[in-house]
Amino acid sequence: MSRILVIAEHDGSTLNASIAKTVACAAQIENAEIDVLVLADAAGPIAAEAASLASVSRVLTIESESNAHPLAALLAPQIVAAAQNYTHVFGPSTTFGKDLMPRVAALLGVNQISDIMSVAGSHEFKRPIYAGNVVVTLSAPADVIVVATVRTASYKAVATGNSAPIESISVDADLPTHTRFVDAQAGSSDRPDLQTAAVVVAGGRALGSVENFDLIYTLADKLGAGVGASRAAVDAGYVANELQVGQTGKIIAPDLYIAIGISGAIQHLTGIKDAGTIVAINKDEEAPIFEVADIGLAGDLFTVVPELTEALG
Amino acid sequence: MDKILVGLKRVVDYNVRVRVKSDGSGVETDGVKMSINPFDEIALEEALRIKESGGASEIVVVSVGTSEAQQQLRTGLAMGADRAILITTDDAPDVLSCARALLEIVNREDPGLVIVGKQAIDDDNAQTGQMLAALWGRPQATCASKIELDGDKAIITREIDVGMERIEIDLPAVVTADLRLNEPRYVKLPDIMKAKKKPLDEIAFAELGVEAGPQIAHSSYEPPSERDKGVMVDDVQGLVTSLKDRGLL
Repeated sequence: MSRILVIAEHDGSTLNASIAKTVACAAQIENAEIDVLVLADAAGPIAAEAASLASVSRVLTIESESNAHPLAALLAPQIVAAAQNYTHVFGPSTTFGKDLMPRVAALLGVNQISDIMSVAGSHEFKRPIYAGNVVVTLSAPADVIVVATVRTASYKAVATGNSAPIESISVDADLPTHTRFVDAQAGSSDRPDLQTAAVVVAGGRALGSVENFDLIYTLADKLGAGVGASRAAVDAGYVANELQVGQTGKIIAPDLYIAIGISGAIQHLTGIKDAGTIVAINKDEEAPIFEVADIGLAGDLFTVVPELTEALG
Repeated sequence: MDKILVGLKRVVDYNVRVRVKSDGSGVETDGVKMSINPFDEIALEEALRIKESGGASEIVVVSVGTSEAQQQLRTGLAMGADRAILITTDDAPDVLSCARALLEIVNREDPGLVIVGKQAIDDDNAQTGQMLAALWGRPQATCASKIELDGDKAIITREIDVGMERIEIDLPAVVTADLRLNEPRYVKLPDIMKAKKKPLDEIAFAELGVEAGPQIAHSSYEPPSERDKGVMVDDVQGLVTSLKDRGLL
């Protein structure tokens, strides 16, 4: 039997949507018992959310003031202590999980598997490399703990409605004082979250300016969509970094992805290949984005996008 | 600080579209253009800027790889690094072993700061910096978009999923570079000539006495599944109709 510990990502009050997908990946392993570990200042509502996830056996909480902010250097030793009787430790492949899980793995003396996209067995997984151009099958040794991150875009969230028991635990771990949280600046947006939105409208370098990006926002608002961007648009300063989609930004899987003025570099395409339907609007008929688009429209975005926004009423 | 150590990995160039070998045993790298991992280049640029503003006196670049990785280290020296160390191996060591090897170099060199790229664009693991920091027992600041040094501390601005975060870390520490930390300089021809005279030491991986990590076997490589060919529509009306047909509007 596999005993899997999933590390919960949260913002201090709610569970991150990536966790229901991480649990979905863990549940692909046959005969698995899945526990979720919440490290927080006050775990209450977060633990309750985790307990509602299908396939979860138990929710464990470690509450302390030092867990108020997700600092890998402080979380890792606690996770190592809590992971002693587990065969697997999984985290989401978000900036939180990518920061934390290699530190956990190194402290446990094992290698880490990044971005699991499918499960072939309890110790056999597939993951993308080279910006998704290649898929590799990996076999982890059976006699050591598996530490991994899950490519959440590859999984649908598990259902809710469960009521797993919640248990407070304490661990014996030395916490360093060398790393301190200062502050965080969250992008302020009333729009749906890019990583969980059913519809995403994304703009590229062809938008040409911060002001022109309003075309994207207006269309997105009409569709109730999240907003994304190519690396080129972020580098050009049209939008903030957290909107970047692709190899080094966010990997997303909305039902509908509308790429506007995005040429479709391979590094961008890897971030959207799991989208249900991809729409591309681009002036250049030869743009690589059209190779992956389900629906393509070759045209000037400055004409097409207002027209589309208008047509949606 | 006296010294900044920068990790440089030799990888298939950013612009190359890699192919899986026909027998699925790996990725075709024969005759393919190789470069410094772009994130490591950003890491080096940042170290050079810190040195140029008086924040450090020596920049050492280090790589783990075959003797061919000398090329990337020479490029690093041409960018402005003072010295290079190549940990030579014909195998492709696992990340934990690499981090252990880097720790040996860290222990010998005693840098005030280690900067590496946040991920390598070949295996996309994004692990080395964090593993080194863990083994070293020092702070890590991943996905850095700004480094502000202040004596024996630093404030690092990190690019995270919801926006930006700032953390304060004691030095020495490991920082991993994100895209917007800086824009690396171009190498000039005279600098390439000068770089030939700079020291490049080779140390055999085996001589470092590093224990290999539990091996994760790579059993097969395959191309990703392709998406079905889509349709082109002529105008907005066609697009709207097509979206409605799919039940998306």
